[in-house]
Amino acid sequence: MMEQVAFDQLQETLYRKKLANGLDVFILPKPGFNKTYATFTTKYGSVDNEFVPLGEKESVKVPDGIAHFLEHKMFEDENGDVFQDFSRQGASANAFTSFTRTAYLFSSTSNVETNLKTLLNFVQYPYFTEETVEKEKGIIEQEISMYEDNPDWQNFFGLLQAMYQNHPVKTDIAGTAESIGRITKDDLYMCYRTFYHPANMTMFIVGNVEPEKVMNFIEQNQKEKNFPAAESPQRFFSDEPGQVSEKMKTIPMPVKVGKTLVGIKESEPDKQGRELLKHELSVQLLLEMMFGQSSKNYQDLFSSGLIDDSFSFDYTAEKGFGFTVIGGDSSEPESLAGKITELIEEFKKQPFDEESFRRIRKKKIGFFLRAMNSPEYIANQFTRYYFNDMHLFDVIPVLEELTPESLQSTLQTHFDTETRLSACVIKPEVSE
Amino acid sequence: MENVTINSINTHIMPVKTFKTTTFVLQVRTKLSRETVTARALLPSVLERGTEHFPGRQYIQGALEELYGAHLTADVVKKGEHHVITFRIEVANEKFLSDNTPLTGRAVQLLASVLLYPLTENESFPAEAVEEEKRSHRQKIAGIYDDKMRYAGMRLNEEMCRAEAYALPILGFEEDLDNITGASLYEVYKQMLRESVLDLYVVGDVEEEEIKNFVEQYLQVTNNEPVPYSTEGTKESEKPRLVKEEQQIQQAKLHIGYRTGTTFGDKDYFALQVFNSLFGGSPHSKLFVNVREKASLAYYAASRVESHKGLLLVLSGIESDKYEEAVTIIDKQMEDMKSGNFTEEDISQTKAVLKNQILETIDVPRGRIELEYHGAIAGRKIRAEDWVKEIDQVSKEDIVRAASKIVKDTTYFLYGKGGN
Repeated sequence: MMEQVAFDQLQETLYRKKLANGLDVFILPKPGFNKTYATFTTKYGSVDNEFVPLGEKESVKVPDGIAHFLEHKMFEDENGDVFQDFSRQGASANAFTSFTRTAYLFSSTSNVETNLKTLLNFVQYPYFTEETVEKEKGIIEQEISMYEDNPDWQNFFGLLQAMYQNHPVKTDIAGTAESIGRITKDDLYMCYRTFYHPANMTMFIVGNVEPEKVMNFIEQNQKEKNFPAAESPQRFFSDEPGQVSEKMKTIPMPVKVGKTLVGIKESEPDKQGRELLKHELSVQLLLEMMFGQSSKNYQDLFSSGLIDDSFSFDYTAEKGFGFTVIGGDSSEPESLAGKITELIEEFKKQPFDEESFRRIRKKKIGFFLRAMNSPEYIANQFTRYYFNDMHLFDVIPVLEELTPESLQSTLQTHFDTETRLSACVIKPEVSE
Repeated sequence: MENVTINSINTHIMPVKTFKTTTFVLQVRTKLSRETVTARALLPSVLERGTEHFPGRQYIQGALEELYGAHLTADVVKKGEHHVITFRIEVANEKFLSDNTPLTGRAVQLLASVLLYPLTENESFPAEAVEEEKRSHRQKIAGIYDDKMRYAGMRLNEEMCRAEAYALPILGFEEDLDNITGASLYEVYKQMLRESVLDLYVVGDVEEEEIKNFVEQYLQVTNNEPVPYSTEGTKESEKPRLVKEEQQIQQAKLHIGYRTGTTFGDKDYFALQVFNSLFGGSPHSKLFVNVREKASLAYYAASRVESHKGLLLVLSGIESDKYEEAVTIIDKQMEDMKSGNFTEEDISQTKAVLKNQILETIDVPRGRIELEYHGAIAGRKIRAEDWVKEIDQVSKEDIVRAASKIVKDTTYFLYGKGGN
C-alpha cells in the first residue's frame, strides 16, 4: 500500500512506498506545473572510499574521485549515450556527486513515464569497458583543471583540508588527475555492485503527475529485474580528532581579489533525525543573526572595507561531519579572518537579541515557502534530509519550536573558536 | 494576462495558482551608452543602502525579514544594446502561513521605497554610502579576472564588438568610479527615472484589481517621458580575427563569436533557436558529442544565442595545446549545419528539447517574465506560450537558411603559460 501524508498548511500531499526490492519511492504531485522533475539517488558519495565490497570479507580503499567517475560512466552503454534518449523524449538529464550522494535526474514536460523508464533502466544497467573508461579520463581531467583555476573552489577545499585531519570530506570530490588515472573498469563494477542496490537508493518525483499511476509504473519496472538480497554496505572512516588540522592555511593564486573562508568544525557529527534538523536550523539562524545583512556586524565589516556583497555563510551537516563556513572576497583576507573570529566571540558574550531572533525565524520560514516553488530544491533537499533520517516538511514546525534558550546552548557548543576554527585565505600572487 | 499603463508603468499581471509566492519584476530600460554604463551599474547597490522610510541597509533588510524574508534584488543587464536595470521582490503568499497578515501590499511599498524614495541629502546620495559601494563595486570589477569563463566571455565581447556599444562591460569601468560622487550619481538616477521605459511584471496567485490599486497608490512615478531610441542591432562581419592572450592558468578557454544576422522578432529567429540547440545548446548537440564525447577534449563545449544583438557564442575549456584540434572540430560542425548535414530525426529531437525548455521556463516566475520581456523589448508581442508553436513550425529549410547567414567573426583564446 502506498502511504499518504498531507501537509495542510503547505497544501501539499506526499506519497510513499517502499518496494519489495528495497527501493524507496516518493511522489509529490504539483498540479498546474508543466514540469516533472525526478531524481534517482544512491547513498554513496566521495567520502565512501573505504568499504567491504558486496560479497567479500576484507575492506578495500578505492582511488579518490571514483564515485564521481562512476557517475560520468553510467550515462554510456553499448548503444551509446543515454543523453540522446532523453533528448528524443524531450527531457533534459543530468547528474551530480556530492560528499554523500550520487543523484541522477531528469526534468521533462511530456513523456514522463518513458523518461522514468529510461532513468531507472540506465542507472540499473552498468556497462564499462577499458576503452570507455580511458576515454572518460580526458574529460574528467578537464573538469578537474577547470576547478584548479577556480579560486572559490580552491578556497573551499583548502578550508576543509585545514579543518579535517583524516576524514575523506577533505578530498576533492572529482579526485586528482593522478587518482583517476588509476581507476579501472573492475573498480567501477565493484563500487557499483556495492552501492547501487535498490535498497541503498531513493527515487523522488515532483510534478504534475498522478501518484497511483506513476507508482504502479515504477513498481512494475522494478518487478521485471532481479537483484541479489540486500546487504547494507559497510563503510569505514578513520577516526577524526576534535582539533582542526591547521588554524590558518594560505593559498597563493594568480588572482586580483583575495578571499577568506572561516570554518567551524562540528563537535557532535553523529546527530541524525529531528535532532540534526533542529541543530542545523539553529546554527543557520545564529549565523544569520551574527552576520546577516540586517546585523550590525555586516554593516561594520562592509564600512571598514573588509567585505563586499559576495560575503555569505552557511552550515551543513551529514552523518560523520558538519561545518559552518563564513566569508567572501576581501582586499585584506587575513584581517577579515581575524575579525570574523573576534565577532563570533563577542556575539557569544552579548545578551541574546530576541527581536532579531523572531525576525530571522520569519525570514527562514519565507525562504522555505519560496523554495517550495522549486521542484529541484524539493527533490534534492528531501533526499538529503531523508538519508539523514530527517523530514523536509518538518522544517517549519521545527523552526517554530526553537527558543532563545535552545539557541543559546547551540551557540555556546558549536561556535568553539579555540579548537574547532580554521581559516583559509586565497592571497593574490604578485606575478612578474 | 492584462496589460495596463499605470503611473507610466506598463503593468503586466499574470495570475497563476501554482506558486506559493508573489513575484514583482520592474524592468527599467534605456539605451546602453558609454557615459552612463558605470554609474547605472553602481546605482542598484546605492539604492539598497537606504530610503526615506528605511534609512540604512540594516533597516531595509530588517523590513524584508519581517515580511517573511521577502527577497529583494536589483541588478543590471544588457539585452543587445538595451540597458536594463531590474528590480525584483518576491514575497510569500500569506495563504500558506499560520499568520495571515497581508504581505503583498507591503512588499510593493518596500519596492517603491527603494526605487522612488532613496535616502538623500541636498540632491545627493549620502557620500559615505556612495564611497563604500564604489569600493565594493571596484572589487567586483577586478574579480571578473579571477573567473576565467566570465573573463573570456567579456574579452571576446570587447574584441568582437569593439566599434559598437555592445562591447561595454556590464559592470562598467574601474576608471569611471573615481569621478562618481553622490551628486553626480543622483543626477544619473533622476535621468533614469525620467527617460526609461518601465515594465512591471507580476506573477502569483493574485487579484488583478488589487495589484493595480497597489501600483497606482505606491509606485507613483512622475515626469516619466521615455526618449525614443534605436540600437545598432546586427552588423556585418568583417574578416575573421584571432585574439590570443596568455595567463597563468591550468585550462585554456576557447570562445568564438559569430554574427547571426538574425535578432528577436525576425522571421528566422526561431529557426536560429533550433539551429543553436542542435549545434551546441544541448547535450545531444554536435559540439557536445564531437568535442567532448568523441574527442575527449573538453568537459564543456557549448553555444548560446544573444537574441537582441544577433550573436552566436561558442565557449569551451580545453588544454592549451589542443587549440588547432578543437577549432577544426568546431568549424566542421558549423560546416555540417550550413550544408544541412543533419537528419529529420535530429530536428525532431532538438525541437522536443527546446519545447521542453520553454515549458520549464514558464514554470518559474522569473523565467516566464524573461520570455515575455523579449517581446516588450523588440516591440513585438510574443506570448511565452507562442514560443512552442513557433518552434514546431521550423523546417530543415528554415534552419539551413538561418545557418547560411551565420558568419564567424572573432576567436578569442586564453591559454596557459608554456602552452600553445
